[in-house]
Amino acid sequence: MKEASKSRRQLLQAGSAAGAMALLGLPALVKAQSDKIRIGHLTPLTGFLGPLGEYGTMGIKQAVDEINKAGGITGRQVELLTEDSVNPATAASKAQRMFERDGVMCLLGEINSASGLAISQVALRNKKIFINTGGNSDELRGKSCNKFMFHVECANSMYVNTLGRALLQQGMVKGKSWYFLTADYAFGHDLTRVASRFLAAQGGKIAGEDKVPTDATDYSAYMLKIRQAKPDIVISNLAGTQITSFMKQYSEYGLPFPIAGFGFDTALAWGAGADNFLGTWPVPWHHDVDSPTSKAFVAEFMKRQGKPPENQAWGDYTVMKIMAQAMNDLKSTDSMQIIEHFEKGAQFDILKGRPGYFRGWDHQLMQQMYTLTPKKKGAARDKWDFLQLGAVVPNADESLEIIAPTREENPCNLS
Amino acid sequence: MQFIFFLEQVLNGLLIGGYYLLIALGLSLIFSLGGIVNLAHGAFYALGAYGAVVLTQYVGFGGALILSPVLVGLLGIAFERLLLRRFYQSDPILGLLLTFGLAMIAEQIIRMIWGSSPLAYSIPSALKGQVVLGDFIYSRYRLVMLLVVIGAMVGLWFLLNKTAFGRVVRAGTQRPDMVAVLGIRLNHYMTGAVVLGVSLAALAGVLLAPLAGVHPAMGAEIMTAAFVVVVIGGMGSFWGVVLAAILVGVVRGITTFFYPPASEASMYMLMILVLLLRPRGLLGERIERFE
Repeated sequence: MKEASKSRRQLLQAGSAAGAMALLGLPALVKAQSDKIRIGHLTPLTGFLGPLGEYGTMGIKQAVDEINKAGGITGRQVELLTEDSVNPATAASKAQRMFERDGVMCLLGEINSASGLAISQVALRNKKIFINTGGNSDELRGKSCNKFMFHVECANSMYVNTLGRALLQQGMVKGKSWYFLTADYAFGHDLTRVASRFLAAQGGKIAGEDKVPTDATDYSAYMLKIRQAKPDIVISNLAGTQITSFMKQYSEYGLPFPIAGFGFDTALAWGAGADNFLGTWPVPWHHDVDSPTSKAFVAEFMKRQGKPPENQAWGDYTVMKIMAQAMNDLKSTDSMQIIEHFEKGAQFDILKGRPGYFRGWDHQLMQQMYTLTPKKKGAARDKWDFLQLGAVVPNADESLEIIAPTREENPCNLS
Repeated sequence: MQFIFFLEQVLNGLLIGGYYLLIALGLSLIFSLGGIVNLAHGAFYALGAYGAVVLTQYVGFGGALILSPVLVGLLGIAFERLLLRRFYQSDPILGLLLTFGLAMIAEQIIRMIWGSSPLAYSIPSALKGQVVLGDFIYSRYRLVMLLVVIGAMVGLWFLLNKTAFGRVVRAGTQRPDMVAVLGIRLNHYMTGAVVLGVSLAALAGVLLAPLAGVHPAMGAEIMTAAFVVVVIGGMGSFWGVVLAAILVGVVRGITTFFYPPASEASMYMLMILVLLLRPRGLLGERIERFE
């Protein structure tokens, strides 16, 4: 008898709780839907890209807080829904749920190119915008492009052309041999394909290539192969925490060949530490970039997180600011109107001094990039300050499009 | 010339074998003695590495190498007394679920305390540099690491085979009822064995922190490899694990030489092959409880 009464009491409790939820929660939800603008954000928070997703989430949260403090979008507050995208299958089902059940206006974020592709297909079906902030693969802007997908993250080609320019200046291309270490998934394959094309066009040759599984933690066997191949330069086309392990073990083996990499994120170099950071690497943005909005972003981020933002924080912060500005300018949240606005070449402050714009025929954000090299020993202000920001690419007097893939290189058809 | 390169990879494979032995030894210990597949092994490994990053600022690398495994070992006492102890006699699947859940909780706690980003950590400057022997190159740090691994292996073998502690623990694996009849409380011995197991995991974490990234998912990264080594070696066999670790290292080295994309997969192929030929693993013993 006692058992029965206990369970009856529990049932009553649960029932009244559900009733209270229905009374209190539901109207609030309906109200929220009517006067708040919901934005969906998906990015990997676990796995080998998790460290970058965490920065992305910090960035977009800061952007939303700043937008809301300044009065929201056309007077409406922004509500951010952010989740771990995990893998392509989970990313797709979460994207569908966010559009269908949560009624988000658009989806922002992602780092993994394969997950980005999955989300873009869901966005296309729902006729809502998805802006990719971290997937680099050219194919996402090429064969797999679609009307509803835009890219704030730079394409692999842009990384290759930016670092390529620095390597040309160092005399590391013409007649030189490169040894590639390639992350063994879509991103890495795409990057090595684009980099090999650049190398062949500039008269260099490939000394060797190893495809490295993404879960590899030991690089000693690759170090031995590189030592035997005696290349002029070692090229890392690795991704995520692979880059950290590679930097640490390359410095451990102390091989004499210079290194460079076409894929890079600052957090991974910070994770390797000042003692292990070598070579030349491209980035879309760095916290030393000298522009007023960039400085304001860095100062506020330092205040909130106690550490400087890395380039993925910039990507997810910037995309939210772009979206808010577009919606404010148009006084509308309609996807088709926003797409038209972007395609017409609307310009946005992307914290780099020179404004950026989306290219109409492939939806890639045209923007400047930078290279990073190790800072001189003893010149560091703090423990994050061992990367020296190089010259901006393209120069101020050049078109932003010269580093982007051409129509021939990028088979995108949006119509 | 090709042969020398091949030989170099085989020798390096022996070195990698040390790495696999290090991560598998503790797992094998708890597996053999308690009959529990400790899926939280990776979490203790990660805690060892994070412990090293924190402690090195105060006590240096040498101090952290000792202190971090000791602290994680203390955590192991709580782990065994409060949780693991309840599952020795129950369905193995329950212990599996418990430790799997713990591994996820631990990873998330690490993420909440230290963040997702890898923490910077380097080889101590005294151990930096390379040793070149003729055509071969070795990293000095890895040779030191190999010595520590051999030390841990010999120490553990001695403890299990030449001391009273080891005899009771081994008897308990085969016939816990008989040990009880003899008036020995197995509980304390099991606590000791688990503490030893998780301390070994933490030791591996400290030693590998300068080589791989120190990040929350680092435990999950090594867990499968450690498990595969134990399965190949065979349950209950000390030398089986040693043999399996060396074999996995060498096979991986050779695969990287010929076809790198399969390097991580090579150990799984080896496992399939071994299990087909010897279902109990290379040197696995017959343990009545698990048959």
